[in-house]
Order: sequence, then C-alpha cells, then structure tokens
Amino acid sequence: MTTLNPAQMDEIAARHPAVFHRSFWQRFRVAFIAGGFVLYALYCWWFFAIGHVLGTANWNIAGTYLADWVSYEVRPEVTIASDGAMKLTYPRFSPLGPNAEPDWVEIERGMMTRTTPAADAAGTTAKKPASMGFMGAGATLGGSAAAAEGLATATTREEEVVKRAKITLNASTSVEVVPERVTVQHAGETLVVNMGGTDMTVEGALPDWATQKTPGQKITLAFGFAGWGQIEPDDISIRRRFLGWANFLFDTNSPFHGKSTSEVISLITSGERIDPKQSNLSLAWDNILYNAEWQHLDVWTKLLQTIVMAFVGTLFAMLLAFPLAFLAARNITRNWISNQLTKRLFDFLRSVDMLIWALFFTRAFGPGPLAGMSAIFFTDTGTLGKLYSEALENIDDKQREGVKSVGAAPVAVQRYGVLPQVMPLFASQALYFWESNTRSATIIGAVGAGGIGLKLWEAMRTNSDWENVAYMVLLILIVVFVFDGISNALRSRLMGKPAH
Amino acid sequence: MAMNTLHDGFSEKGALIERHWQELNARRRLYTWLGLAILAVALSGSLWFANETNAGKFFDRLPYLFDFVGDMVPRDGLEVFRALFDLPSPYDDGSFKYNYPEGRLYLTESFYIPEYFHKMLETLNIALFSTIIGMFFGFLLCFLAAKNLVANRLLRGFVRRFMEILRAFPEVVLAGFFLAILSLGPLPAVIAVSIHTIGALGKLFFEVVENADMKAEEGLRAVGASWIERVWFGIVPQVLPNFMSYFLLRLEINVRASTIIGAVGGGGIGELLRLSIGQNHQAKTLAIVLLLLITIIAVDQFSAWLRRKLVGDHAFRLAQ
Repeated sequence: MTTLNPAQMDEIAARHPAVFHRSFWQRFRVAFIAGGFVLYALYCWWFFAIGHVLGTANWNIAGTYLADWVSYEVRPEVTIASDGAMKLTYPRFSPLGPNAEPDWVEIERGMMTRTTPAADAAGTTAKKPASMGFMGAGATLGGSAAAAEGLATATTREEEVVKRAKITLNASTSVEVVPERVTVQHAGETLVVNMGGTDMTVEGALPDWATQKTPGQKITLAFGFAGWGQIEPDDISIRRRFLGWANFLFDTNSPFHGKSTSEVISLITSGERIDPKQSNLSLAWDNILYNAEWQHLDVWTKLLQTIVMAFVGTLFAMLLAFPLAFLAARNITRNWISNQLTKRLFDFLRSVDMLIWALFFTRAFGPGPLAGMSAIFFTDTGTLGKLYSEALENIDDKQREGVKSVGAAPVAVQRYGVLPQVMPLFASQALYFWESNTRSATIIGAVGAGGIGLKLWEAMRTNSDWENVAYMVLLILIVVFVFDGISNALRSRLMGKPAH
Repeated sequence: MAMNTLHDGFSEKGALIERHWQELNARRRLYTWLGLAILAVALSGSLWFANETNAGKFFDRLPYLFDFVGDMVPRDGLEVFRALFDLPSPYDDGSFKYNYPEGRLYLTESFYIPEYFHKMLETLNIALFSTIIGMFFGFLLCFLAAKNLVANRLLRGFVRRFMEILRAFPEVVLAGFFLAILSLGPLPAVIAVSIHTIGALGKLFFEVVENADMKAEEGLRAVGASWIERVWFGIVPQVLPNFMSYFLLRLEINVRASTIIGAVGGGGIGELLRLSIGQNHQAKTLAIVLLLLITIIAVDQFSAWLRRKLVGDHAFRLAQ
C-alpha cells in the first residue's frame, strides 16, 4: 500500500487551493446558516408562544376527535330516580335510530309500584296532551275531579321499570347497573360503586382508568378506544365506540335503515313498493342522496363546484393569458409600452392575492363557485401570463425567420414559427395549474367562494362531525390523486418526458 | 378529384408519402376538433352548473361586479395612511370604523407598532417559520425517496406516497383540526402550512436529487463511505443551491397561503382583511390590500433576486 509523504501532501494542497484553503465564510457557512435557522426558531417559539399554546392545549380531546374520524359512539344512559326506578335512554339522534335495543345492552325489566309526588303528577299530565291535556282537563267534567285529585295527593301506580342493565363494551369491559350498585369491569380490574340516591361511595381504591375529582361526585371512566363513561349519583352514561361510519347509506328515518345488504338488495329487486309513488330503487337512491347526516348530494355538489372552479378558472386564465403573453413578449411585440403594460398587469393580478380576489368576488356574485372561479381566473391570468411571456422570450428564432423568409403574413409567422415551439409548454403549464388549483380551490371556498371548503369548515366548527370531515377529505384526496394522474400523464405526453 | 390534383408532380412513391401525410394530418385535425369539442361541452356544462349553484346569478350580478371598488374608496386619500399607521382620523365618530389608534401595539410608552404591520409580521413569520419546518423535514425525507440513493422500492414508494398525502391533504382541514385542539392563534396555521410544505418541498427535492451527478457519490462509495457520508458529502453540496431556490419559491407561495389560512381563522393579516371587507371599512381594507400588495411584491422580488444569485437563470423555471 502506498502512502503519501508530507511533501506530496503539500503539493496536492498547493494544487487545489480552492479545496484546502477556503475562506472563512465558505468553511463555516453551513454552520452559520444552521445557527441562523435555530435562532429564528427560538424567536418563533417566543413570538407564537408555542410553549404556552402547547401546554394549554387539550390533548385528550385531540384523541377523541381523531377517533371520531373513523368511528362513532352509541350513548346509552341509565338514570336512577330517587325511589330506585331505573330508565335506559338513548339521545335523540342516536345512530341506532329510535327505540333500538342493541344486543350488547342486557336489560332486565320488572314491575314496580311507584309513588309519584303531587307536583310531578301534575307535570306529567301537562306533558301528555294526547291522553289528557291539563288545560283540557278543566273543561271536561269527569277529568276535572281526577286532575284536582292528582294535584292534591300523590298517586301510586304500577310501572314497568328497568331492574338491571348490563352494558358490554368488549370482552373485558362491562358496566352493570342495579339501583344500589354499579359494577364496572375493565382490564381485569373491578370497580364497585355503591349508589345512595344523591351520594355514592367507591368500594376500595379507584383503578387507573377511573378518575374522581371530589369524593361522592362524578367518576369518569376511560376505556381507551372501546369508549368512556361517567358515573353520577343519579345518572350513568356510557359511550361505546364502534369502528366505521354510522348510517353511511341510509339514515335512521329511512325504511332501509338497519337492514343487511342482502335484505336491501332483495327489497330493491323484488320487494313490494314501500312508497307507492316510486319504485324501491329510486326510494333507496333518494334516501342515500338526502341522508340527513352525511348529505351525500350536497357534498358531491360542493365537490363538483370545487372541481368546476379550478377547471373553468384555469381554462379562462389560459385563454386570456395566451394572447396577452404575445403582447408582453419583447421579441414578438416590439413595442416597449405594450410590453411593460401587459407585464405590469400580470404582476398586479398575481400579487393581489387569490384571497383578496375571492373576498371581492364573493361580494360581487354572492357566495358560490362564480366567485371562486373569478378569483382563480384573475390570479392565474397573471401567473400564466408571466410564465407564457417568459417562454415566448426564450424561443428559438430560427423557425420564425424561416417562416418569415418565405413571405408569410405576420399571423402565419406566429402560427407556424412560434406556436409549435411553445404550445406543449403552454398546455403543460396550464395543466399543472389546473391540478394545483383543484387543491387550492378547497381553501378559498372556506372564505365563502364556493365549493367544498365552506362545507368542510362548517363541519369542523361544530367539533362533532369529524366523520363528515373525514368523508370529505377522502373524496378530495381521491379527486386530487385522479387529477394528478391525468395531468401528469397528459403532461408527460406533451413534453415527451417520463412521468414521475 | 382533389386527390388527383394533389398527385400532380409527384412520383409514385412521393404520391404515397403525400397521401399518407394527408391522412395523418386529417386524423390529427379530427382529434384536435374532437378535443376542442369535448372541452367546449365540459366548459359550457361547468359554467351552467356554476351559475345554477351560485347564490347570485352571473348576469343578474354583473352590474354589481365593480361594487367592490366602492368598498375601497375612503373618504379622503390620507385616510388610507391614517389607517395604515394607526393615526387618529378626523372622521372619528366613536365607531370602530374610524378608530384607527385602537389597534396600536405599544412597545414602550410612546413607541408603537401599527396594528397592520404587526399582523403582517405575524403572517410573514407564519410563512417563513413553516417554510423552514417544511424544508427541514422535506430535506430529511427527500433522500429516502430518490431512486438513485435508495434501492429499496418499498421504502421509496412509502416515502413518496406519504409526501403525496401530506401535499394533497387540504390545509383547511389541518388548520381547523388544530384550531379545535390548540384554540385560536397562529399556531394552527403554522402547522397546516408546514405539513403541506413538507410534502411539496419533499417532492421537488427528491426530483433534484434524482437528477444529481452521481460521480461524487461513486467516488465516496469507492473509498468506503457510509450512506450518510455519501449523501452528505456527495449529493448535498450539489443540490443545496437548488434546494435553497425551491425554498425561496415555496416561501413566496407560503406568504400567500398563510394569508388565506389567516382569513379562515388562523390569525394574521388575512383575518383582519376578511373582517374589514365584511364590515365595509373602506380605508382599512385599502390599507391592508396596499400593505399586502407591497409585501408580496417585495418578497417575490427579494426571492427572485436571491434565487438568481444562487442558481442563475434556472431560477425562473417553473417548479413542477
């Protein structure tokens, strides 16, 4: 093995001074730039109060919101009245629909004699106008006495109540409620809470998954993805989480709700008409389109608006930028004033942000795709015009001279001398902008310029429709990827380059 | 008959070529017209659809098209500068519309930053900070996505798909999601813009890496350098000017993006612009538009100048 002696090393060093004796800046510039970035990051940490914001952020809620993207909750709630009568209810817009009895909630019912206090009896009568209106009671002679009696004394009656309810969340997690006691099992541990009307006591220590801020008050149970729950002295509410999107096709008001795929198919193909006015197929289709929770038709319309905004905006921008670019290109229009005028116009259109155009056109046309379309059209006329005029200024002059030398008219010179050179580039750039505008059209929609942006924004505002957000995002991603593919394929054909 | 006249003056082979050329030309023309017809149908369908689903109809609203000019005419020319620099207005009637000094941000007893400048700085910071974050992660990811550096197709494909998803994921959703968690402020906008930037820059970066000259890398490989050394000493010095150029290009885009995100609720100047247009404060709107215009032009010019210095005329090639 040969090694270099010091003389040879010096010789090499002398031969390449640029490599071995670099200036101070050259040697340390990476460190300087990196240090600058770090300093700037520290400044931003202070400027945006990042530490404070991250510290006060509600990270637990982030998990729930993320889980909401792909799952839904069913919320059975057990209320215990002061006399120990239990009732199991679901909220009004439960994904299971009204009067559902899922098999993971076991209920034992029994009869119980309940004494209703006087004021309560009056209240219940007033709430039931069908059986006996409170005001109507005074009008009818027979009822008058009964109502007066109800007001004066407490009533006693036999009622069917829930004696025991067992809610199973998964194999290792279940909540069993009897009037005196709540037994929660999760991850091999058992929590027993003795209920005493307005008070409750925990037997033993609380497991890790249960938290209670003050004794005798609300206990929060966290079961991970399976769900969570709350125990209060008179109310036990459980939320069981299911993977998937609830009622994606048919909402709870639809006659097809809760039926299996094969049942729905057989109903559509051979079943009797549910609605005599239309066939089952069109009824099913209507139910899907006007699904109250997912609003398929509205979402699709808004998505189409976004696509249309990007398409029309870019196409018109291309059509206008095309002739203007010829005016702006120095080598084609030899007129300094027209060059400068068009170029400054492009700069102006480009520099006034798409946001500003969008806000103004929303005022002009009202909220909707026309505003977004015009905003894209104005901004992109500027951008495409600039790119086109630069492309025109860089063309090869020989072809133009050739066409000119055979005595062609000026229009023919442009048509045969210039266009063939730039047309693929022009089309390719327009396609690229079409594709990227499909993406950006979402966001200007959120300020009112039409399309799916506003719908997305509204769905996020409520903080409870994250599954709808997920659905829309999925649709947007599909559209973007499809258009990406189309645009890439077309562009690589135009430019003769392999697609990435 | 027409064919016969065309054949005049051609030899038999020449006529064949001529006929073939005519056929090709006719087919090409047919395709062009067919394409144009499809485009026209799609366009008119789109226009009809857009008009139908818009709140106001195009022709009904056309006379109002330039109403927005009225939104921007202040009571006198100096009002704009009063609004811009938070100076008291002679029209001050106690309403928010003419109360410019209210937004002043006092640094000391008497020295203040006008509200719009402060908010513009916030927007610029959102843009710059998220571009830096985007570049940092894009830089880390891009080498894993380059064909010439990573032989493993699976890893490469995974990184590329990941970046595509980051790029295509709507920024509004990211901003809205983090708004829900972090509460109001510029941070959701930073996160939203950064995530998008990682994807966008990552893609541009790996394309640059794939076009890099591999000789330096081969040299390092020959002396037994590890993968990281090969990338750091063989590839990075070549691609760094291009990376910086794309970084600057992205910065221009992100200044606009952070304005828009701001309007959606992420703080910064965008929010003020939306509010002032909505509330019809002419002088304020004009002041903000002016400030935005100047800033965007300044950023564009600065970045164009720096890019020209870094990579020469190549700087003006469109980032695709």
